[in-house]
Amino acid sequence: MTTVKEQKTIQDQFKARMNEDELLNCMRCGFCLPACPTYIESGFKESHSPRGRIAMMKAVVDGLIEPDEDFERSLDLCLSCRACEAVCPSGVKYGELLEEARDIISQNKKYSLPTRIVRKAVFEGLFPHPNRMKNLTGLIGFYQRSGIQTIARKIGFLGLLPDSLTAMEKVLPKVATLKQLKNRPDYLPAIGEQTKRVAFFSGCLMDSMFLETNDATMKLLQLAGCEIVIPQTQTCCGALHGHYGEKTSSKDLAIRNIKAFEDLNVDFIITNAGGCGAFLVEYGHLFQDDPEWNDRAHAFSNKIQDISEILVAVKFHEKVRLELPFQIITYQDSCHLKNVMKTASAPRTLLKAIKGTEYREMYDADRCCGSAGIYNIIESENSMKMLDYKMVQTKNTQASTVVTANPGCLLQMKLGIEREGLASTMRGIHIVDLLLEAVKN
Amino acid sequence: MLSNVVKDKIIAIVTKENYEDSKTERLVYSYDSTPNLQAMPDAVVSPRNTEEISKILKICNEFNVPIVPRGSGTNLCGGTCPVEGGIVLLLKHMYKILEIDEENLTITVQPGVITLDLMKAVEAKGLFYPPDPGSMKISTIAGNISENAGGLRGLKYGVTRDYVIGLEVVLPNGDIIRTGGKLAKDVAGYDLTRLMVGSEGTLGVITEATLKLLPMPETKKTMLALYSDLESAAKTVSKIIANKIIPITLEFLDQPTIKVVEAHAKIGLPTDAKAVLLIEQDGPPEVVERDIEKIIKICKEQNAVSVQVASTEAEAESLRTARRTALSALARLKPTTILEDATVPRSEIARMVNAINDIAKKYKLEICTFGHAGDGNLHPTCPTDARNHEEMERVENAFAEIFDKAIEFGGTITGEHGVGVMKAPYLEWKLGKEGVAAMKAIKQSFDPNNIMNPGKVFAKQTRKRVVITK
Ligand SMILES: Cc1cc2nc3c(=O)[nH]c(=O)nc-3n(C[C@H](O)[C@H](O)[C@H](O)COP(=O)(O)OP(=O)(O)OC[C@H]3O[C@@H](n4cnc5c(N)ncnc54)[C@H](O)[C@@H]3O)c2cc1C
Ligand code: SF4
Ligand code: SF4
Repeated sequence: MTTVKEQKTIQDQFKARMNEDELLNCMRCGFCLPACPTYIESGFKESHSPRGRIAMMKAVVDGLIEPDEDFERSLDLCLSCRACEAVCPSGVKYGELLEEARDIISQNKKYSLPTRIVRKAVFEGLFPHPNRMKNLTGLIGFYQRSGIQTIARKIGFLGLLPDSLTAMEKVLPKVATLKQLKNRPDYLPAIGEQTKRVAFFSGCLMDSMFLETNDATMKLLQLAGCEIVIPQTQTCCGALHGHYGEKTSSKDLAIRNIKAFEDLNVDFIITNAGGCGAFLVEYGHLFQDDPEWNDRAHAFSNKIQDISEILVAVKFHEKVRLELPFQIITYQDSCHLKNVMKTASAPRTLLKAIKGTEYREMYDADRCCGSAGIYNIIESENSMKMLDYKMVQTKNTQASTVVTANPGCLLQMKLGIEREGLASTMRGIHIVDLLLEAVKN
Repeated sequence: MLSNVVKDKIIAIVTKENYEDSKTERLVYSYDSTPNLQAMPDAVVSPRNTEEISKILKICNEFNVPIVPRGSGTNLCGGTCPVEGGIVLLLKHMYKILEIDEENLTITVQPGVITLDLMKAVEAKGLFYPPDPGSMKISTIAGNISENAGGLRGLKYGVTRDYVIGLEVVLPNGDIIRTGGKLAKDVAGYDLTRLMVGSEGTLGVITEATLKLLPMPETKKTMLALYSDLESAAKTVSKIIANKIIPITLEFLDQPTIKVVEAHAKIGLPTDAKAVLLIEQDGPPEVVERDIEKIIKICKEQNAVSVQVASTEAEAESLRTARRTALSALARLKPTTILEDATVPRSEIARMVNAINDIAKKYKLEICTFGHAGDGNLHPTCPTDARNHEEMERVENAFAEIFDKAIEFGGTITGEHGVGVMKAPYLEWKLGKEGVAAMKAIKQSFDPNNIMNPGKVFAKQTRKRVVITK
């Protein structure tokens, strides 16, 4: 509950801080409605559509409505998948409006104690600290390897956790050991003729829980002729903080990253997680009112590229023979990779280049899978509805391999496979892992 | 707010889930795509079938509660803005395609089906539903019918009206009637089907529609012609038709639009060109080939600077981009985009566009004109800022002059966007007192208590002015 007094401050802050030009820029054409998963899932409720959310934000600014529970609920339910932005003729920067609105609400509202603790733990305690991430990963690894996992599963300990977490636990990847985590390279030479010099953004989650995927990414880059530098002072991209109204922390993280990647003299900074990449390409915006950091942030953002883009650009798929035993492959777009980084055809080009396999496009491949940061944990019910729809489309392709390009989506798709009882016939895999498999083959 | 009696009665029909009256839920149905217009409804109701609608209307009729039927709210005339409060009746939940009859070439659908979904379903069977409003990805079929929506293919194939052959309608007193049917020929009595088309939700609620389909044309070709003067482009349009060729599409961009489109989309349009024509023809390959050749010849005779014909679908798509991105490009210039809808006879296009450009200069505004050259339906569009009252005043005066000119040239105040609230003050000006009186008599006999979408089509006062500023 937000008290009346809190509502009043939130309203004042809306007046002071929301970008009115951008709110007015929405011409209410409704073109974004069919692209919005929450609009469709809600049974066509305008209040759960982008046009509705923008209208509500504007109405709060205009004093027509209070930032009441209905309003907050509507914003909470938004996946920030940004599919609405990709189709908007007016180019309304919905993502920016949403982040600002969420920031205003979270800064001016007292959350309940448990929520406060979780938020603090996640946003301040964990993500900004690569070492703690590694330790957590170590802990999960210990849990998995020690046999506790098996026992816990047997005695139903997990039944005590909320459903969403229980389900999540099943699909967590086999994580690396602490030792593996500590010996990370900071430089790798190109294999063969050098094409580019790049930096690798290893990401906090990617470099702890998805270590193998990061290794695969670097291997592919090397094979593509890239010399790679991996600055050790880099940190979490700050996307989660940004999306959940913790703007200040996300800026701190951004500054650390900008510093870490400056002066490396590289052509590109490569990411392999759509969610992070999308936030990194928007650092420029994050510092738009900050003359000290603005240029540096833009310079950083301009270099961000997804791994699949650079692989296609250097014609990796034509130069290296990619082959796998017969399987039907389908691809689930990462919303942020597609809608913000505008990378959609490169991954498909790469997948189609794998000999011996068949690529089948799934219907609505670019509809959000419901993962959306930590949405699948905090809005579990809705998230599972989105996932169910996604699984219907996935099954229709008869694919045995579902490819994604973002860790959140990957976990979600694995969860979908698990929920459908398809684990024996279908697998979820990150695109770079599949490509490396195809190289080795 | 609605009285508790009415509220309870309606909830008893549709259940609580389908009745909303919180402030926030009402707010999001207080607008449609019309710039600068907003009014709160008292409640939002989502019925699931004709019977529910019939019951709701009976109650509203008894208690004098205004009813505003709403599809996707993409209309640009204020048609779904509940200016007199009351109930917004959301028809989006009735979105089933009921039947595609391949023998009679008809499709029967519920009102809330999205136009594009209908088209796709039909095309999957090798059939064709021609009306293609720019909003087809989201507009509903009942919205199209109620606004008599047109589209890019209007020149050859006509507008929505030409495809509606049967309707089920709930009248304001709750009676359910059926008009027309699957028959190609039907002259029994007054044509109530046609009367309902374009009635903008003021006569009843459409709950089912039967539409005529065509066989899918075999092929289609797309071309783009550039001109260094407006008159030549306009002449081309008349010459093509005078040569007894009716293309499916004959679209037009003026110079201000070309500049904006090029700056936005960077597709290589010369910004010194004064006009662009996008031309498409469909039909059997030999016919299309022959027509396109003739059209190229006409374009060249009319001094087109360049003529490009697409040889692949990808090329065709890129040629279409010029017209397709016009609105996006304009919408990005300034916060408020006012997209208008003046129509003149085809032969007056050049005069009209010149007049619009002069008026824009006079009022120091940027007005870009694009639209359906083939049928004279132009969309003069003004990027502006609703917060700048002084400028809005100028915009309003400029549009008043534009509509003045349209009528002077034998045109009309709206070719496809409808009357709604925005053009209501003009109606008499276009139709004359007697014309409006005849229409009002029809309205009165259908809806004596004036509950169906009040405030639309008929204005309380007549004036020669667009109501952009309130
Ligand atoms: C960017 C853009 C482009 C557009 N392009 C075109 C175009 O090319 N051609 C064109 O003609 N229009 C165009 N339009 C206008 C608009 O999209 C059309 O008028 C469309 O038909 C409206 O459909 P809708 O479902 O949104 O109806 P709404 O806007 O919801 O309703 C329109 C009218 O129909 C009434 N209505 C809706 N459902 C019913 C029902 N079941 N029974 C009775 N009355 C009903 C409403 O009361 C209202 O008066 C465009 C609009 C936008 C924003
Ligand atoms: S598509 Fe863009 S302009 Fe249109 S309603 Fe959605 S946000 Fe507004
Ligand atoms: S970000 Fe996604 S969920 Fe949110 S309004 Fe846009 S399309 Fe809908």
